[in-house]
Amino acid sequence: MVEYTWPDRKDSSVLGGSHDKVDGPAKCTGTAKYSYDITPPKTALARALGCPHAHCKIKSIDTAPAEKVAGVVHARALKKPGDEIEWQGELIAVVVGETEGAVAEGLAAIKADYEPLDVFVNEEDLDAAEAAGRARKGPGKVQLENEPGDDEDEDAFEEKEIARLFREAAAVVEGRYGIRAITHMCLEPHGSTCDWQDGKLTAHLSTQNVSGTPGQFGGPLGITADDVTVHCDYIGGGFGSKFAADSWGVLAATLSKDLNRPVKLMLDRDTELKIAGARPSGFADVKVGANSEGVITIWDSHHWSTGGMGGGSLSQDVMPYVIVPPNFRRRTTNVRTNTGPTRAWRAPNHPQGCALSQTAIDDVAAKLGMDSYELFRRNLVNVPEERRKLYEEEMKIAAKLMDWKAKWHPHGKGPKDGSVVSGLGMAIHTWRGGGHPSSCRVKIHPDGGVEAFLGSQDLGTGTRTVIATVLAETFGLPVDAVKVNIGSSKYPPSGPSGGSTTVGGVAESSRHAGLDALAQLNEKVAAKLGAKAQDLVAKDGRISDKNNADKGLSWKEACGLLGMNPLEVTSRGAPGRDSKLSSSGVGGVQMAEVAVDRETGVVRMKKFVAVQDMGLVVNRKTAESQILGAMIMGIAFSLFEERIMDAKSGAFLNAEIADYKLPRLGDVGELVVEIYEPEEERARGVIGLGEPPVIGPGAAISNAVANALGVRVPVLPMTPKQVLDTLKARGA
Amino acid sequence: MSNVEKHAHGKSGFSRRSFLKGSGAAAAATALAGGQGIAGAEEASRVVGPGMSKITLVVNGQSHKVDVEPRMTLLEALRYGAGLTGAKPISGDGSSGGSTVLIDGKPASASALLAMDCEGKKITTSESLAGDKLDPVAGAFVNHDASQCGFCTPGFVVAVKAFLAKNPKATEEEIRAGLNGNLCRCGTYGNIIPAVLDVVKGAGNG
Ligand code: FES
Repeated sequence: MVEYTWPDRKDSSVLGGSHDKVDGPAKCTGTAKYSYDITPPKTALARALGCPHAHCKIKSIDTAPAEKVAGVVHARALKKPGDEIEWQGELIAVVVGETEGAVAEGLAAIKADYEPLDVFVNEEDLDAAEAAGRARKGPGKVQLENEPGDDEDEDAFEEKEIARLFREAAAVVEGRYGIRAITHMCLEPHGSTCDWQDGKLTAHLSTQNVSGTPGQFGGPLGITADDVTVHCDYIGGGFGSKFAADSWGVLAATLSKDLNRPVKLMLDRDTELKIAGARPSGFADVKVGANSEGVITIWDSHHWSTGGMGGGSLSQDVMPYVIVPPNFRRRTTNVRTNTGPTRAWRAPNHPQGCALSQTAIDDVAAKLGMDSYELFRRNLVNVPEERRKLYEEEMKIAAKLMDWKAKWHPHGKGPKDGSVVSGLGMAIHTWRGGGHPSSCRVKIHPDGGVEAFLGSQDLGTGTRTVIATVLAETFGLPVDAVKVNIGSSKYPPSGPSGGSTTVGGVAESSRHAGLDALAQLNEKVAAKLGAKAQDLVAKDGRISDKNNADKGLSWKEACGLLGMNPLEVTSRGAPGRDSKLSSSGVGGVQMAEVAVDRETGVVRMKKFVAVQDMGLVVNRKTAESQILGAMIMGIAFSLFEERIMDAKSGAFLNAEIADYKLPRLGDVGELVVEIYEPEEERARGVIGLGEPPVIGPGAAISNAVANALGVRVPVLPMTPKQVLDTLKARGA
Repeated sequence: MSNVEKHAHGKSGFSRRSFLKGSGAAAAATALAGGQGIAGAEEASRVVGPGMSKITLVVNGQSHKVDVEPRMTLLEALRYGAGLTGAKPISGDGSSGGSTVLIDGKPASASALLAMDCEGKKITTSESLAGDKLDPVAGAFVNHDASQCGFCTPGFVVAVKAFLAKNPKATEEEIRAGLNGNLCRCGTYGNIIPAVLDVVKGAGNG
C-alpha cells in the first residue's frame, strides 16, 4: 500500500527549496512560443472588427469592399441586420488576409450602418441607474443574535434591532466606498492559431484551460472533442479571463476549415479590453458600529455593482469581509450597463469586498483615535476562530517588517515634509484554494530519464517547476532531471488554472503518479538487492535500503532493471478531506506605507509588506514571485487602473496600453514578502497561492492614504484627481 | 524560410490609398537605408510598392530575405518573415516596450518601425541572448525569477541590456527611474530590480 504523504521538512531535499523556473531561460530569451507566436506554413492572419457603438441595432454590414482589397483573402459579417449590440467592441465582422496591412485596410473598407439605442454605463451613480431602469435588487442577508418575539413582525424587528445596536455603539461610521471596474489586460490578447486538417482541429489557444476546451471547439464544428487538440505551451497572461474557447476561437477554427489553411486570430488591444474580460466594480453605502474598545458590533451595508448586461456583478458573500460581527445586514443591487461582460479576475469578489469593508472598519479606528493595528487585532474576535491565531501571528510579523510601531501616527496627524504626508494602513484576507482534479503520467526510462505529462498549463506561476520539484523529491533526483510536458489536451487531463488550485492539483497528481511508479520500480530493485520493497528509499540519486545504506543502486542502475521499455504510470490526485497532500483555506496580512503629496494628489508607494501562508511551500522562489506580482497588481488597481467609460456614448475611452494606466517599475516602492510556514501550516499540505495576495492591497493602501491625509479617499483607484477632489470636498 | 514569402497573393489590384502610403514610406526607407540623405534624391524617387518587395534584414548577425510591403512594421517582418517571435505584439505604438529590439545597438520598438527602414541596419532581438551560454542579463532574470507569464520579458531583457550599456554602474535609484518604458502586467518589477542590480555588481567584479 502506497501512502501518499510529503516528507518531513528535515527529510526533504528539494521540496520547499528555491528553484529557478525550468522554463525561465526560454521565457527570458524569447524562445518560448506563445499561441500568438505559432504560425504554421500558409497561415492567414485574421482580425475581427468591434462595433463602435455601445448599444445599437445593426442596419447593414457590407464586407464586399474588404474583399476587393489586395491581400485580403476573405471577409465575412458576424452579425446581420436587426441584431442588437449591447456593448462596444462586440465583434461584428472579420477579415482574413496575407499581411497585417492588408487586413487593416480590409477592416477599414467594411461599411456598416447602425441605429443607435439608449446607453447607460455609469453604475457609480445609483440614482441615475434607478431612473434609467437599470438597477435590480439582488440577494442579501441579515444575521442578528436576537430573535423576534413570537408575534412580532420580522421586518419591523430587524429595523428596530439594528437601530438599537447602532444607538448602543460607542462609535458609528457611515460612508460611501467604491472600487471601479478594471480589465484583465493580458499582455498576450485572447486568441488562437487554428489549423483544420482532414476533419481534425489543432487549436493553438491562449488558454488557462488546456484540458477543458477541446469540447468547446468540437461542438460548434461538428466534431468530437477527441478530434480536437488544444495546445498551449505558454500563455501571456490570463488572470481568470481565459477559460473558454470563446466565440472568436471557434471563429478562427471555422475560418481555417472554410479556407483550408491555418488562421491566426488574436484580438486587437482595444477589443481585448472591451470584450475579453473585466472585473466588476463595487460601490457601497456602509454603516458600521463598534464598542468603545473598537470591536465591531453591527454592520449595515448596501452595495451595487455591474457585471455588464448579464449577471456577474459583485457577490454578496464578501460583505463584510473576513471581519464579520455577530450582527449584520447586507443588501445588493445589480446594475446593467452597456459594458463588456465580466470574467473571473484573480480572487473573484474578494479584492472588492476587502476594499469596501476593511476601509470602513479602518475608519472606525480613525473615529476612535485608535492605532489601526490595535483595532484590527481586537477585531480578530470577529474572524473565524480557527484562523485567529494565524492572523495574530502574521500581523506581528508584518508589523515588525514594517516597523509599524515606530512609524505609526494617528490619522491625519503625521509630520509634514513640505506638502507630503505619510501614512500606514493594513488589511487581512482569506482564500480557499486547494487542489483541482488532475492526472499525471510519469514515464521512467531505462536510461534513468524521467518525464511527466499533464494536460495542465503554466499561467506564469511555474507549473512545470512545481511538477519537476515534486517528482524530483519523490525520486531523489535534482529538479532539472525531470522533463515536464504540459500544455496539450492529449496529455492526461488536469483542471483549469483558476482559484489557486493548480499547484495543489498538479502536486497531488504528480506525487501520486511518482509514488506509484516508484513502488513498481522498487519491486524490481528489492528483488535485485534481496531487500524489502517497503524498506527502500529514493534519495540523493540512489535507491537504497533504509536499514542498510550500503545496500543500494544508483538511480540509473535501478532504472536499468526496467529492461527495454519505459515504466509508465498514470495516476489521479485525490484532493479533499482525506488527502494528506493538499488542503484548502489560507489567511494573509498586508501593510502599506505611502507618501501623499497634498498639492499634486500623487500617492507614492514607500513600502509594502505581505505576510502570506499557503500550507506547504513547494518552490519558495516562484511562491515569492506570485506574492510580489499580486502586490504589484494590487498597487495597480489601488492607484492607477480603471475602465473609463464615456457616459454619453458608452465608449471605453482608455482601451489602449498608452491610456490605460498601470504602474511601471519605478512606481512600486519597496516590496517585502514573508512566507508564513510554521510546522502546523506545512502539515496541512499544498493549498495554492495565486489569488490571496492580490486581495488586500486595495484596503491596505487606501487605509494608508487615509492615515496620511486624515480623510478617506473613498473610491479606488486613488488617482491624483481622486485625491485632490477628496481634499477639496472635505475641506481638508 | 519566410512565411511571408510562402504566402500566395491571389489578388493583383492596388488601392490608391496603399500606394500613396507605400511610396511615402518607401522613399523614407530608401533615404534612410541608403544613408545618403538628400544627396540620394535619385535613389529616393524609386517607387517601391504598394505590393511586396524583397529586402534583407540582418538580425542577430544573420541575413534574412523577407518579403515586405512598404507599410509593414519591423515587428511583422521579424515575426512572420524571419520567424523570430521574441519581440511581442503588445501595443502598436511602443508604449508597452514589448517589442523592444536593438537597432545598431539602440533600443527601439519594432512595432513602431517600418521594416524597410531597417534594411542595412544591425538588428538585435532577444533570441540573440539564448544559446549554450545564457546572456548575463537573461541569466539574472532567470535567477531572480523576473518572469511570470513571460510575455513582456524578452522586451524587458533587451531594454535592460540597452540601459546597462549606457549605465553600467547604475544605482538602484537609477534603475527605478530608468526602466519605465516597459510594461509588465504580472508584476515582475520587484524581481527585475534585484536582477539588474546583480548584473551591475557582476560587471563591477569582472
Ligand atoms: S511576466 Fe507577464 S506581463 Fe510581465
